[in-house]
Amino acid sequence: MTSAEASARPSSEVLGVPPAARTLRDRSFILLLGVLTSIALIVLAVLLIDTAIDGIPQLSISFLTSFPSAFPAKAGIESAITGTLWLMAVVAFVIVPLGVASALYLEEFADGTRWWNRTIEVNIQNLAAVPSIVYGILGLAYIVRGPLSLGRTVLAGGLTLALVVLPVVIITGREALRAVPPSIKEGALALGATRWQAIWRQILPASIPGIATGVILSISRAIGETAPLILVGAATFVAFNPTGLDSPFTALPLQIFSWISQPNDEFRMLAAAAIIVLLVILVILNAVAIRLRNRYQQRW
Amino acid sequence: MATPSIASGVAGPTAESVFGPARRRIGEKAIAFALFCAAATSVVITVGIVVSLTGETLAFFADDAVTASGFLTDGQWTPLFSDPQFGIRPLVQGTLIISGIALIVAIPLGIGTAAFLSEYASPRVRKAVKPTLELLAGVPTVVFGYFALTFFTPSVLQGFLGMDVSVFNGLAGGIIVGVLIVPTVASVAEDAMSAVPQSLREGAYGLGASRRQVTVRVVVPAALSGITAGVVLGASRAVGETMVVLIAAGQVPTTSLDPRNPMETMTAFIGATGKGDVPTGSTGYKAIFAVGFALFLMTLILNMISIRFVRRYRQVYE
Repeated sequence: MTSAEASARPSSEVLGVPPAARTLRDRSFILLLGVLTSIALIVLAVLLIDTAIDGIPQLSISFLTSFPSAFPAKAGIESAITGTLWLMAVVAFVIVPLGVASALYLEEFADGTRWWNRTIEVNIQNLAAVPSIVYGILGLAYIVRGPLSLGRTVLAGGLTLALVVLPVVIITGREALRAVPPSIKEGALALGATRWQAIWRQILPASIPGIATGVILSISRAIGETAPLILVGAATFVAFNPTGLDSPFTALPLQIFSWISQPNDEFRMLAAAAIIVLLVILVILNAVAIRLRNRYQQRW
Repeated sequence: MATPSIASGVAGPTAESVFGPARRRIGEKAIAFALFCAAATSVVITVGIVVSLTGETLAFFADDAVTASGFLTDGQWTPLFSDPQFGIRPLVQGTLIISGIALIVAIPLGIGTAAFLSEYASPRVRKAVKPTLELLAGVPTVVFGYFALTFFTPSVLQGFLGMDVSVFNGLAGGIIVGVLIVPTVASVAEDAMSAVPQSLREGAYGLGASRRQVTVRVVVPAALSGITAGVVLGASRAVGETMVVLIAAGQVPTTSLDPRNPMETMTAFIGATGKGDVPTGSTGYKAIFAVGFALFLMTLILNMISIRFVRRYRQVYE
């Protein structure tokens, strides 16, 4: 087709329908996108409201300070809360050094053209998308039983959860390191610092807010994880607080799951109350992370 | 008075006096090596996953009750019965049906959200919607399971829509998993749409296109590989999602295609079997690993495809 022929075509054929109809279609398109965007948000709102209606009447001090019980009226979540706190401590203890060190290596030391470094990178991307229940299987086979044989303990549960979120820590840590401008490092090197001195005294301090945000978000993901703990075999009926790393334990999401699995409606209400407690902990963690990010993040 | 010069041989500052003793270089090497070891643990974890799954899976197939052909073709999965049957088809089918329903929900919602955020939303609206999506992504899946079982099935499916569904059913599980993966699909798709160069949009506007036409005919096609990556990643999350299906979809392995009935996915089987104290070495214990291996393979393939697509759009525009 020549350009003369093209220009001879009516505008409706080139641009579609005439302008009046077009604005109508344009408007309905905006409406459609608005509706599609709001559906997920509405589901979230309904979920929160429904849980609040079921759970808030069950919340009380004695709910927070009692142990699980066969009687709904007496049951509480103290051992689940302390178990979750223990798990968080183990997860933090593992992922901070391991995650930061891995991120430092990949950002500052690794030569991206070498096959082993590319392998590590692709591998981390893949690990981030492995279903958490697969980590549970690994935990069951190698941490609870098998080579480590830690049994169904706080340490085994915490290690398994740490593996689940480690890729996220590494990925967010790398982003935080990358956000520090190269001129900072170059300045340090020009003044005679060694590579490690430049990293340890300049890059790392500057990237701490970003790294901390990533760590907190990872921990908050870890404490909501249920599937790996089911396999690692945390007990659901634990009427005592963990006494150490080698202690049996339960955790909030597990306690919730165990109550949901009861056919009795009263237990399901307890599950709703425990969900509220879990969500409150998550919101607090996220608020801290967002504050850290806004307050200490430097603009270069 | 002699002028000190480099040539005169007067000892100036040496490398040693400025940079410290040479052993610091060795220290640097040691640190680099330690960091490399940390990064390499991620490979060790992968190897651990693969070895643990493969070992027990081989043991599973070595079991007298199991045959490879029966595993792939048999329509029954009853590993804990006294006369166990090991056909993985019902579990795979349950996984595919529920993931399929999830994608039917998540594809329009995710892409619509991405297009809205990238092409239409004002900065103020974006600032409100994006954190809410992050919040949605941060809600533990056990909570969605509770919601599916105690609200969505009785109040929406049975109550509001008047559908004849079981208390545990694949439909509720699939729809809620779909909502759960919307943030995943939306955030990857939005990244891709935002990466489409402004010049393409301006070119289309210059030719008289409306915003809708720019979105549908320019931005979406240009961002297609990124959008695909988001959808594939969402599919991988749906396949691997455990708690919602374990709680809301039931634990009945079935070859029925009707999502109004209870069904069991691969993840739900692993969760339900792992919950009880299965003795090490029993066929039920090994079955966890065989199903886990199949699940790992499925998600691995989906992840690789997704990474491919992301790379493609990065190469084109960055």
